[in-house]
Order: sequence, then structure tokens, then C-alpha cells
Amino acid sequence: MRQEQNNIFAEIDWLLVFIFLILVSFGWMNIYAASRTSEDLELLDFSTKHGKQFVFICLTIPLIVLILFFNSTFYEKFSSLFYLISIASLIGLFVFGKTINGATSWYNFGAMGLQPSEFVKAFTALAIAKLLSDRKYNLQLTKNQIKAFIIVFTPAFLIILQPDAGSALIYLAFFLVLNREGLTLNYILFGALIILLFIFIILFGYISISLCLITLITIGLLYAIYRGGKRFIRFNWHKVLIIYLVTLLFTFGTNFTYNTIFKQHHRDRFEVLLGLKTDTKNIGYNSYQSELTISSGSWTGKGFLKGDITKGDFVPEQHTDYIFSTVGEEWGFVGSSFVILLFMLMLYRIIYLAETHTNKFGRIYGYGVAAILFFHIVINLGMVIGLMPTVGIPLPFFSYGGSSLWGFTILLFIFIRLDAHKNYDW
Amino acid sequence: MKRSFLLYFLITLIGIIFIARLFQLQIIRGANYDPIRNSAVKIKYDYPERGYVYDRNGTLLVANQLSYDVIVQPNKVLPLDTLEFCKLLKIDKKQFLKKFKRAEKYATYKPSVFLKQLAKEDFAFLQEKLQKFKGFYIQKRIIRKYPINAAANVLGYIGEVNESMAKKSNYYQQGELIGKDGIERQYEKLLRGKKGKKFLSLNRFNNVTGSYLKGTYDTLSLNGKDLTLTLDVKLQGYAQKLMTGKRGGIVAIEPSTGEILALVTAPSYDPNMLVGRNRSKNSVLLFNDTISKPSYDRGLLAAYAPGSPFKIMNALIGLQENVINEQTSFKCYNGFKYGKRANEFMGCHCGIVGRPIQLKTAIAESCNSYFSHTYKRIVEKNNQPSEGLDNWHKHVSSFGLGNYLGYDLPAGQKGLIPDGNYYDSRYKYSWNGSTNISNAIGQGEILTTPIQLANFTAAIANKGFFYTPHILKEVDQNPIDNPKYTIPKQTTIDKKHFSPLIEAMHEVFKTGTGKWSQVEGIEICGKTGTAENFSKINGKKVQLVDHSILIAFAPKKKPQIALAIFVENGGYGSAIAAPIASLLIEKYVTGNISKKNKYREQRILNLSLEKNYTYLN
Repeated sequence: MRQEQNNIFAEIDWLLVFIFLILVSFGWMNIYAASRTSEDLELLDFSTKHGKQFVFICLTIPLIVLILFFNSTFYEKFSSLFYLISIASLIGLFVFGKTINGATSWYNFGAMGLQPSEFVKAFTALAIAKLLSDRKYNLQLTKNQIKAFIIVFTPAFLIILQPDAGSALIYLAFFLVLNREGLTLNYILFGALIILLFIFIILFGYISISLCLITLITIGLLYAIYRGGKRFIRFNWHKVLIIYLVTLLFTFGTNFTYNTIFKQHHRDRFEVLLGLKTDTKNIGYNSYQSELTISSGSWTGKGFLKGDITKGDFVPEQHTDYIFSTVGEEWGFVGSSFVILLFMLMLYRIIYLAETHTNKFGRIYGYGVAAILFFHIVINLGMVIGLMPTVGIPLPFFSYGGSSLWGFTILLFIFIRLDAHKNYDW
Repeated sequence: MKRSFLLYFLITLIGIIFIARLFQLQIIRGANYDPIRNSAVKIKYDYPERGYVYDRNGTLLVANQLSYDVIVQPNKVLPLDTLEFCKLLKIDKKQFLKKFKRAEKYATYKPSVFLKQLAKEDFAFLQEKLQKFKGFYIQKRIIRKYPINAAANVLGYIGEVNESMAKKSNYYQQGELIGKDGIERQYEKLLRGKKGKKFLSLNRFNNVTGSYLKGTYDTLSLNGKDLTLTLDVKLQGYAQKLMTGKRGGIVAIEPSTGEILALVTAPSYDPNMLVGRNRSKNSVLLFNDTISKPSYDRGLLAAYAPGSPFKIMNALIGLQENVINEQTSFKCYNGFKYGKRANEFMGCHCGIVGRPIQLKTAIAESCNSYFSHTYKRIVEKNNQPSEGLDNWHKHVSSFGLGNYLGYDLPAGQKGLIPDGNYYDSRYKYSWNGSTNISNAIGQGEILTTPIQLANFTAAIANKGFFYTPHILKEVDQNPIDNPKYTIPKQTTIDKKHFSPLIEAMHEVFKTGTGKWSQVEGIEICGKTGTAENFSKINGKKVQLVDHSILIAFAPKKKPQIALAIFVENGGYGSAIAAPIASLLIEKYVTGNISKKNKYREQRILNLSLEKNYTYLN
């Protein structure tokens, strides 16, 4: 084992740090634009949103120093402990948590609140990395798959109970990690198929979709009989029956779930998004305003602090989940594409670096970081630009909020720390 | 394939989709984005004062006055003493709740009209106590005022822009005022001026946060223009007075300019009825009265058979086409037999039996037979009656009959002057001058409106040309220069043919059917008429009392006024229309009615035809 170099700063990936800095500072500028209440400069007013965010950003510096201070092996050794603490913090919410907007997701420390779910993602990624990096671990085995699923779904389940389905959705990102490490693609394909069917059922009604599916299956069956003859039916009749039953169960089940288990506001979100309902006042108001705000930016935007829709406070939650609409209005197509490209660059860089790791733990963790960030970006931006239903999760490094900023900082910088020593075989 | 490919692929795919979506939103949709038409910008309008309207002598006809609307913004309303509030506004609690609910339904955070056009006295009381009623405000509005009760049909009225109009227009907002009829509608753009705009920034609570982009888009308002009409309101008012108790229309034109001196419809209404709080109540009265139709401008819209005055038209065409001359004479045997069958006979009241009648006498005595002969000759001049009639139609049309005249008022009727085609399709090509012989005496298919007839009269007075009648004389004291109204239009009849007819028309008022309506010192030329009219009552064709018709101009040498009068069911033209014409001419030319003719005025004023109209009720 080689001696570690004393100066960690010579080893870390400065490109990622640089992107991080750009995103955080650009994010803050937009939060300033979105939450400022008067024309005066009020940079140091800590009662305002942007003032608080400024403090949050400053506090990431000791956090980063702390993360970089620890040895890489520290994270691997203690990953299980971190994970257990995370789970405990989620369970603890049901006892000590504070309810805001109907979800018990917060711990209250005087004037400050902390949202543990923002931190748990990073530690779950560590735990998964730890589990999968075991040399004897083989993801082909169902037993091992189930182990991995338990690690992923335990926090997700606890978060759903808060209830905060949006944040729980992020845990699906781990399927990409598992797939990278050998889990068959079928899970993802099956999931995608279910989502597609779900959309079709909402769009065209469950009866017509069931009829279509049954016709398709029957055609396949007839083809199989044509190829295999009567013997095919004799040996496979129970399978065929099950396929029919499952299909019908799924379509009818989806319809039932959609109409009775989903709440009206969920249904409305889907229907507005799919164009089945037009609504610019109530449910669709957020998306409508957000799209309008972004559209008004045109090529180069109206300029920093000159967005009149932003100034008029028309987009709800603009400084948090809808922060990207400010970018769209004030910086236009150029600015908002720049942000998307920056995110893409960051993700490419993380995957690229992860793939260069000789150490499995670092690679898997890096992959987890990329997948989590990717899911956040897709769901958040998809919602803001009106391509996805309204799911309230923050845009990494951009949105207002200490917990999410610190959560993502921890997520990213643990990776940067691991990456700094990827070439050392511990 | 490397396993990391999937995530690379997904990142790239999503990146492309999102940037494409941004392109769609910001570049494609953004191109249509109007920076000043979004919810973050509120436009505050600065309404200029609407222009005043004067008559030709400078008498003020339309002015402005202030009115006060009560405005409510429901989300700012605090619990209030409804009883006191209702008392102040003179409404009951039920109305209050209804109005309040309506405002709430519109928008709780936006102001809307609660009660329109408060009376001045009520406003004074309310203003003192308004402090107590949070969320209620007073909004000043400018509405119209009519110092003189006359010419409601010409002046028209203004009303609010409704939702569908506002949607179609890129100038008007719902609830703004717009000219809805008459001058107000015709010259809306001149009268209204241009409203100024101030762009204000708003936040989502609809509170103004400042001026938008430092007022880059703001515009100043442009004042409305004052209009001077060609109308002589004294004549107009007098004519309206004479028409009380009668139904019909009078149009008077100055032949040398085409300016409309009077445009009367009877019955009419006081223009002030459509102003103020009683407006909606009154408009129901006016617009839902389908029997006397006070809102229907008979002068412009009522197409009647012109009757005998149309004989002058046929005489002119006869002379022009050279089928008759001044000396041509026809004999009359109490009528004209135009077919072989016994019923193919048109009666005549000229009373000159068996002796040759010449043109002048024929006009003065209104001989039906004379003009039947003339008409037949015109139509049958060529072998094809349809060609002859087309030719006749060409001449008639040149006087502006049978089509819209092109005057500057928003209501009109074409009337009807049949041509060859009309009868070809009706009689399958087998017809001749006898088939439609009624056209000879202005009955049959012919329909004209009073203003068309007045214009026809002006063209006779001018001996062959006319100016398109118009109502606008000056804009902000500058005379109009629209060539449509300043360049004369020639008829197809030569000037020389008019003189004998003018002589004949003069004869009408000297010795003929108008002799009882002479005015000393003024040489009146005219032609009376009596048009039969039928109506179906309970499915039976019933002949009603004839319409009384007259055209006239005066003085003969230098005509100052040409007019057409139609009195529905007035009987003989000489009995009602002629004295009205003579009174109007005397009034206009001399300025008052001489003592000698006061009896005539009194008779007409006292005459009511209401009993003649009862059949309609």
C-alpha cells in the first residue's frame, strides 16, 4: 500500500468542483431574483430567502472540508453505520418530526429545520456500494437481488409513509446502479412498460387497452400454435391462461388504483399533463405559469433581475422547486440550455470518473451519485418545463433549501473524496 | 456493450429532449409572446373625453356628463351595515346579495362594477359615508347628455362593449363604451379619440408594484373630435313635432350640397332615455316595441312603394329615350286598359275624360293613363321587353334608387327597382310592358326609402345631378373633404329634360293636387302621391288606408331644400303630406310660419292617425 499524498487538493477533480461552484452561485442569483421583495439591494438581510441561502452556501465550506478531511476508507468502513443512522433518523421522524404541508419530513431545531430524506440518499448509495463491492457478490442470484432491494426500498418506504412520494421516487434511480452491476435489464424494461401502459390506460381508457392487449396476445398465441402445432397448447395452456389473467388484472387493477386509490389532485395532475384537461387556474396553474414564464424569456432572456413575471411572484414555489423558470425568464434559451448542458457535463464527468475507478466501491458509489442526480434533474426540470406531472422535488444545487443543498453537497463530495484516491488500492 | 452505456444514453437523450422542449417554449412559442399581455402587466387606460356633436348652426346636440359607478372588490370587503348601505344605494337586501354574489363569481381579488350610474344626489350622500364600507369604491365615468330632445335616430347612442365584441377587437375592452347606432356608431373612431395606456407591473395578488419597464410602452390619450352635423335641428325638431301622432319618415336634403337637413322618423324617442340608470328599463320599452317601432329609422329603412312621385321618373326616362316629348298627348277614359280582359284595367282619377292630355297636365293631375302609355313605350321600345326594362332600370338606378345610397349612417335599405332579369325569371320570358304596368305609377314591385326619394328630388332640383346625401359637415370645425360627398354624381338624364317637369311640379302646387298647401312668396315644386297598401289580417288580404306620400323642393329658382315625406296610412298625399311639406319649407326658407298659415300648422299638430294604426294592434 502506497503512502497517501499529504495534499488532498492536488488529487481532487477540480472540474466537478468548478461545475458545483457555478451551479451553486448561479442558483443563488436566481433565488435572489425570485425571492427579492423590493428594488433595494438586500444581500445581507438574513430574514430573506436569498439571505438564508447565502448562509447555507457558506456553511457548505466547513462541510466540504470535513468530508475531504476523512480518509476514503473511512466511508467504506462506516457505510453500514451511516445507513443504519439514516434509517433511524427516518423512523425518528414519526416521533419527533414536524409536519409541514401535510408531510412529516422535518426535524425542528429552533428556527432551522432539517429534512433527513435529503441526506439519506447519499448514505443509501454508500450502503449499496458497500454491498455490491463484495467480490463474492453476484447479482444474478435472486437472494442477492432481494438484499439489494431491501437496502434501497427501506428508506423509500419510510419516506412514502411521511408521506413524500416525490422524494421516494428518487430511489428508483438505484435500479440503474444495480443494472450497471449486473442486474438484468428486464426490471427496468418491465417498469418502463408498466408506466407506458399506465399512461395509455389513462389516455384511452382501460377497456380499449385491455381489448388491444388481448388481441395482441391472441395473435401471438395463434402464431405460436401455427409454429408449434397442437402440442404447444397442450404443454403451455396454464402459462397462456396466466398471461391473459395477469394482463386483465393489470389493466383493471390500474384503472381501480387510478380511480379509487389515487386522490383527485393526483388524477388532475396526470390529466392536465396528458392534455385531457385544460386548466390554467387551479391544478394546472403552476405548470401553466411556469411554462409561460419560461416562454417569455425567448433567446437571451429579459436579463438578471428584470423578469417581470418572476418579480410579480406568479409562479408558486419559484425559489424552490420552480427555480428553473426564473432561469428561463431572465436568461432565456441560452441560459437555460447552458444549465442543462452543465448538468449533463457534470453527470458525464461523474460516470467517466467512476468508470476509471479500479476500486469497485468507489465506482458503484459514483454511479449511484450520477443516477440520483439524474433522476432529480429529470423529474424537476421535466415538471418545470411541463413534460412531467407535478412532483415536488428540488433541483440539485439550485433550489432554495439548506437540507437539499447540504444533502447534494455530501453526495457529490464523498464521491470527489473517493475519486481523489481511486488509484490507491486499499 | 459496456454497461455504463445505458446511463450515458439516457443522459444524452433527456438532455436533447429538454433542450428541444426549451426551444419549443422559448423560441417557437416565445415568438408569439407579447410582453405587455401577460398577467404580470396591467394596463391602466386613460380615457379621453368623447367628442361633442353640433348641428349645422352650432347648436349643441350631444355633450358629456359624469356618472358614478359603485365598484366592489370582494376580498377587501369587511362586514358592513348592509341595511344602511342598501338605503344609500336605494336597493333592497336581496338585490345587494345578488349583486355581491355576481361580483364574487367574477373574481374576489379583482374590482368589478357593483351598481351602475348612480344618481348625482345619491352619489353625494354615499361619498361621505363610503369610508365605512371597505372594499367599495366609486368610479367616475363619462356618459352622454342630450340638451335637445331631437334626432335620436340620427345621433344614435353608446353602449358597453360586450364579451364577444371585446374578444374580436384589439382596441376595446369589455365594459368600455362604444357607439352602437347613428352618428355614434358611424363616427365612433372620430368621436372616441384614442385611449392612453399606462403599463403597470403586478404581482400575483394583483397589487401594482410599479411602472412597467419605466413606461417604455406607455402612450398618451388623444382627445375625441367634435363633429358638426349637416342637420338643422330647428327644422328637425319642427318636423318631429309635426309628425306626432303619425307614423312615417321625412328626409330633407340641401340639393346644392347633398347635406341632410332633417332625418325624421316617427314615432321617435327622447335620446336621454338611453342614458343613466333607467337605460335598461327604457331600452326594453324602445327595442321591444314591435308595433310602433320607435327604434326603427323609417327615413332610412322603410321601403315603401313611391306612388305617383315616381311618375316624374318615368316622364324623364320617356323624354330621354325620346318615346315622348312635351307635346305628346294621350287620352284617358277614367283609366287605362292594358289587356283584353275586363279586369286588366287601371283606374285613374285625373278627371279629364277623352281629351288629349299633355305632359304638364298629366303631372299636375297625376294621370295614370298617361304614364302607363309612356312606360309601355319605354319598355317596348326595343323588341325585347327585357332590354327595354334594363334600359329603364339603368336610368332609374342613376338616381341612386334600388341600391344603397352610400350615405354616412349605419342603417340602410336597398329598396327594389326591378330589371329584365327580375321578370324573366318570374314570368319565364313571356311578359311585356303591360305585365308590370303598375311600375308606371310607382306601385307594383318598386320600393324606395324616404331618403332615396329625397335624393331623387334633389337630383330633379339640380337638373340632373346630386351629391350623395351625408350627415357629417365638419370635424373639429374643418369641412369634410371625402370625395364621396364632395363630387357630384351625374344621372343619365339630360339637363334639358328637367325644365318641363320642374314647371309641371310647380303647377302641382299652383293648381294641382298641392294647391291647398301653397306658401305665399315661395315657389314650391312637388308631387303628391298616394300609395295603396295591403296587409294580411287573419289570413285575408285587406286593403288598408293609403300611404300619404310627397316629394317637393323649393324655391323653384334656387332650390334650398328638397324633401320626401311618407306618412303611413295617411290617406291622400294632398291631405297630409302636402301641408307638412309646405310647413317645413316655409319654416326652413323663412325661419318661421306666417300668421296666415298658422291654421295649417295647428291642423297638422292636432291631427292624430292613431285610429288608423289600431288594425295593427
